[in-house]
Amino acid sequence: MDVLVAYDVATDTKAGERRLRQVAQICKDFGQRVQKSVFECSVNDMQLEQLRHRLLQCMDQQKDSLRIYRLVEPRERYVEVYGKSDYVDFDAPLVV
Amino acid sequence: MYQLLNTLYVTTDKAYLRLDHETLKVDVEGTTKLQVPLHHLGGIVCFGNVLVSPFLLHRCAEDGRAVVFLDHHGQFKARLEGPVSGNVLLRRAQHLAVSDSIKPPLIARNIVAGKIQNARQIVLRAARETDNPEDIAFFTECANTLLGLLASLESSTELEQMRGIEGNAARAYFSVLGRMVRVDREAFGMNGRSRRPPLDRMNALLSFLYTLLLSDCVAAAEAVGLDPQIGFLHALRPGRPALGLDLMEELRAVLADRLALTLINRQQITRDDFHQRPGGAVLLEDEARKTVVVAYQKRKQDEVQHPVLGQKVPFGLVPHIQARLLARYLRGDLSIYPPFLYR
Repeated sequence: MDVLVAYDVATDTKAGERRLRQVAQICKDFGQRVQKSVFECSVNDMQLEQLRHRLLQCMDQQKDSLRIYRLVEPRERYVEVYGKSDYVDFDAPLVV
Repeated sequence: MYQLLNTLYVTTDKAYLRLDHETLKVDVEGTTKLQVPLHHLGGIVCFGNVLVSPFLLHRCAEDGRAVVFLDHHGQFKARLEGPVSGNVLLRRAQHLAVSDSIKPPLIARNIVAGKIQNARQIVLRAARETDNPEDIAFFTECANTLLGLLASLESSTELEQMRGIEGNAARAYFSVLGRMVRVDREAFGMNGRSRRPPLDRMNALLSFLYTLLLSDCVAAAEAVGLDPQIGFLHALRPGRPALGLDLMEELRAVLADRLALTLINRQQITRDDFHQRPGGAVLLEDEARKTVVVAYQKRKQDEVQHPVLGQKVPFGLVPHIQARLLARYLRGDLSIYPPFLYR
């Protein structure tokens, strides 16, 4: 399934900056960055569970916010993209 | 059900692959070209001068992700092998089966039958699709030859005999393969199969596709927990992935050969995509190799009806399914090994 992860992390403290980096890294482990704090991840049930768990462990529930949206598939039909985009379809042939 | 994971093909010279947390990063001259979460990748294939960091190799070995190294021309060089995995009882059953006197001919016969049947489907399809009466005559004759060989296969009990039948079938089939080319037949004409080195364009293209297919079949055998070197139709030889070659037989015509013809007939690959080396070897150019790899990856995602499972599966999963069916036969859960038959 495809999910969209969006977050706001309060970066007014050193700890906040640290959380921001960690949250971004967790998202990178499961998907790819499409905007500054927006990631698209293609995961199975188990991976989604891991992703959610790791994000919740990391974030500060008082200060940060996290949203996970389930995308309607097929993605290419329902997601409209305008302007600059470096999105890579990880299921398409990967040749570099 | 096993999921068809993507394979990453790295053809860029001096690319550096490394592990970054749970992702794989491809750097080329200091800039990141690609970052992929590892869970998307079932294997990595590196062409030529590609560096892979030790930690990425360790991780791939742990996860059982196939890592294959080929040279610039797509010749197989090395494969990463992690700790022995899979079920030791299955592997033992495989080792016992190969020295058994009954099982190898039974498996080999079905593999050869599958191969001939699938080749025949390709020939019949070519006969349906052409208007040239001369070609139709050749195709029909070849299809009949293959049918005759299938009949003689049924009564053969010796491995050597089956290998002979397989050789005859391959010869008959390759003698008409060139006639399935619709554009620029002069450049893609073929005078039988030649390899090590391939001596014409068609053979060069086929050899390259077979290398890709073989590495997928070996990976499939390993993923299922079978020993890729213990084959039944192919004789055991040091370093030879006999089981990988066995699994590949049923798929050569329908996966690789058909794809080669499509690429030529759609002019995605043309006569200028090859170069000849002193000594007569013909090889694919770098750019063309990329085209072939992309087409091969797309082909693996196409769905095909699996006759035994009775459901549609991605083509790329067929080696895995066949390896699994073979494993079930070796362990006694199935009374025969059912080959993959393409319709």
